[in-house]
Amino acid sequence: MSEDILAPVLEVDNLHKWFDVSKPPLQRLIERLPRQTLKAVDGVSFRIERGTTFALVGESGCGKSTVAQAVAGLHKPTRGAILFEGIDRDLPRPDGSRPELQMIFQDPFASLNPRWRVRDIIAEPLRVHRLTRSRAETRAAVAELLEQVRLSPADGEKYPHEFSGGQRQRISIARALANKPKFLVCDEPTSALDVSVQAQILNLMKRLQRELGLTYLLISHNLAVIYHMADELGVMYLGRLVETGPAREIFNRPRHPYTQLLLDTIPDISLDRPHRTFLKGEVPSPIAPPPGCTFHPRCPHANDRCRTEPPRLESFGGVKVACHAVGEGRIVPAVREWRPAARRTPVRRVSPVARPA
Amino acid sequence: MQRDQQPRSDAAAPPILEVRNLVVAFHGLAGTLRALDDVSFSIAPGEILGVVGESGAGKSLTGAAVIGLLERPGRIDGGEILLAGRRIDNLPHAQMRKVRGREIGAIFQDPLTSLNPLLTVGEQLTETIATHLALSAKAARARAVELLAEVGIPAPANRIDDYPHHFSGGMRQRVVIALALCANPKLVIADEPTTALDVSVQAQILELIRRLGREHGTAVMLITHDMGVIAETADRVAVMYAGRVAEIGPTREIIETPHHPYTVGLMGSVPVIGEDAEDLVQIDGSMPRLNAIPPGCAFNPRCGEVMGRCLSQRPGLMPAGRSQAACWLMDTVTGDAA
Ligand SMILES: Nc1ncnc2c1ncn2[C@@H]1O[C@H](COP(=O)(O)OP(=O)(O)OP(=O)(O)O)[C@@H](O)[C@H]1O
Ligand SMILES: Nc1ncnc2c1ncn2[C@@H]1O[C@H](COP(=O)(O)OP(=O)(O)O)[C@@H](O)[C@H]1O
Ligand code: SF4
Ligand code: SF4
Ligand SMILES: [Mg+2]
Ligand SMILES: [Mg+2]
Repeated sequence: MSEDILAPVLEVDNLHKWFDVSKPPLQRLIERLPRQTLKAVDGVSFRIERGTTFALVGESGCGKSTVAQAVAGLHKPTRGAILFEGIDRDLPRPDGSRPELQMIFQDPFASLNPRWRVRDIIAEPLRVHRLTRSRAETRAAVAELLEQVRLSPADGEKYPHEFSGGQRQRISIARALANKPKFLVCDEPTSALDVSVQAQILNLMKRLQRELGLTYLLISHNLAVIYHMADELGVMYLGRLVETGPAREIFNRPRHPYTQLLLDTIPDISLDRPHRTFLKGEVPSPIAPPPGCTFHPRCPHANDRCRTEPPRLESFGGVKVACHAVGEGRIVPAVREWRPAARRTPVRRVSPVARPA
Repeated sequence: MQRDQQPRSDAAAPPILEVRNLVVAFHGLAGTLRALDDVSFSIAPGEILGVVGESGAGKSLTGAAVIGLLERPGRIDGGEILLAGRRIDNLPHAQMRKVRGREIGAIFQDPLTSLNPLLTVGEQLTETIATHLALSAKAARARAVELLAEVGIPAPANRIDDYPHHFSGGMRQRVVIALALCANPKLVIADEPTTALDVSVQAQILELIRRLGREHGTAVMLITHDMGVIAETADRVAVMYAGRVAEIGPTREIIETPHHPYTVGLMGSVPVIGEDAEDLVQIDGSMPRLNAIPPGCAFNPRCGEVMGRCLSQRPGLMPAGRSQAACWLMDTVTGDAA
């Protein structure tokens, strides 16, 4: 596949990330405790095509950030491979280049050095990778990056604390764009921001994708954000993908019981949402996950097979689902008709912010 | 989590909470900053009022002023707060402490800060119950078990002697709600009660909050920046901007037919499942800081419909459809003077 020019930008193959969460050896000895392993990611595979957005969704602790960090190279997988343009992301490339990949984090406050001017923060990757040859060239590149995220070159003289949350997230994006990456890993990029600021950042991300052909791995717990941004979607539960495929298909015809309940449970401003059933209970401890299908204690369709035999991902009309009931034809895709609230613009005069056609 | 077809609140009854022209300011060396400026609203028995707005808009301060927990150098500089018709903004501290807990319950974002890690859940509940109600130790404990059952803690009699760290985040937040409900308060102030929780737990907590109004007639002030939560929980919504109420009205009207240009932009900026727009509506710029609020309408630097008078005259709340909006566009009396 790697010789194919249409190879996906990213291919994650059977990724495992296990953490040793055992008590200290002495305490283990005294209290006769076993070693404990937390399987944060336990066999996840997906691929992302160039210029598209793949989103991961799931409840807290299901392993989304751990996948993102492995893709960004922030930790080594326990098992499995991460191929970037067909080549293992950790192996040296024939031409000596490195994966052109950057990460944007949830907290724009923590990820910027408070003592540096914005222009130096943005210029750092340019200097480290020797992408510019003179001061003037660096200055011009920084100015262009600032304009790309709709800040002004004069903002480069200021310090991070002089900016609002949304502006700081723009600065992180400008820095991430400095060495012209093809791929951005975005872990909850707007979760710390107000909705109006979130809209500015999401619009910016979409525009950059159109203009620069960027590919995104996007993590969000906000399903509406994912609906707006994602081409492909992976739904995670306790370290595994339970359903993955084209985002629209999953939103309109969720097959996995967890996906169905998650879509029903998420609050949304659409006011007409009849026949909803809510996800009950809480996510079990990932240190001692339930046997069989790990979702079975919360699943309304669980039977004896579910309680003993873990389901594998199988294809059903373009999506992959890991569920015995779906495989056995015990349950059919739920059809969801999303009826967004009729959002009318104001009664008088022209709208101050015209909705794009 | 189905929304009730009929509004469960009794809008005709006298309000539980009435806030009139509230002004809160911080007095510092650099001068005085008005953080809340002429804020007015009321909440009827059994009604859930959602309060939304960007961070820094004054949502939490409004809640803090009502429960009498403004932190220095912040203080109330004007206006009145009435609980069931009685003024509470000028009560002495000792009296206000009684009101808080007995008549007003509070739920905050982080359940850990509201719980004492050194006391069992039962000890905290019985202590609070004993402070507010004249009950024997045994009766207080029975009431505590009852409250835990009411907020959906399974096997409450077995869990009551556990410490908070034995509970999951969602269960801790339920304990905080149980604490807030100890004395059957008339009013509950919930400031971002589900922001730190998973969707499944969030749905359960919101159902609990809705039941308060339905079953106990409690008035609820629900502060959040999650429009989905508002859509599914609140009867009415107050939209705050730069320490002022920009618009207030029934939830459906605020979402579907916003009137104030800020609310219009805010609603358009929310992504919605099922809506296929390439771009979201974007309000350019950001909310002004407290020391840089422009004269006239606070939204005027970002407003696409700004008129001459917006720059100098501050609009008050005016009728706008079934809502009220603080915007000169709604002024049908004097017309546009620009
Ligand atoms: N360094 C680590 N050591 C031990 N356990 C870890 C470590 N990092 C993550 N985990 C555990 O792995 C699991 C997955 O964590 P991860 O951060 O990927 O979740 P997430 O899906 O991103 O959740 P959230 O929505 O809360 O961000 C969790 O149970 C977490 O506690
Ligand atoms: N101790 C303080 N000193 C000065 N300003 C403060 C203080 N506490 C809050 N503020 C200001 O009051 C405004 C409203 O704050 P808050 O009610 O917490 O906003 P919200 O809850 O809507 O995010 C903000 O501009 C905030 O910076
Ligand atoms: S495999 Fe069984 S328990 Fe798991 S989701 Fe499917 S029906 Fe439910
Ligand atoms: S009062 Fe004027 S500036 Fe303010 S929102 Fe209305 S039109 Fe815009
Ligand atoms: Mg995470
Ligand atoms: Mg707040």
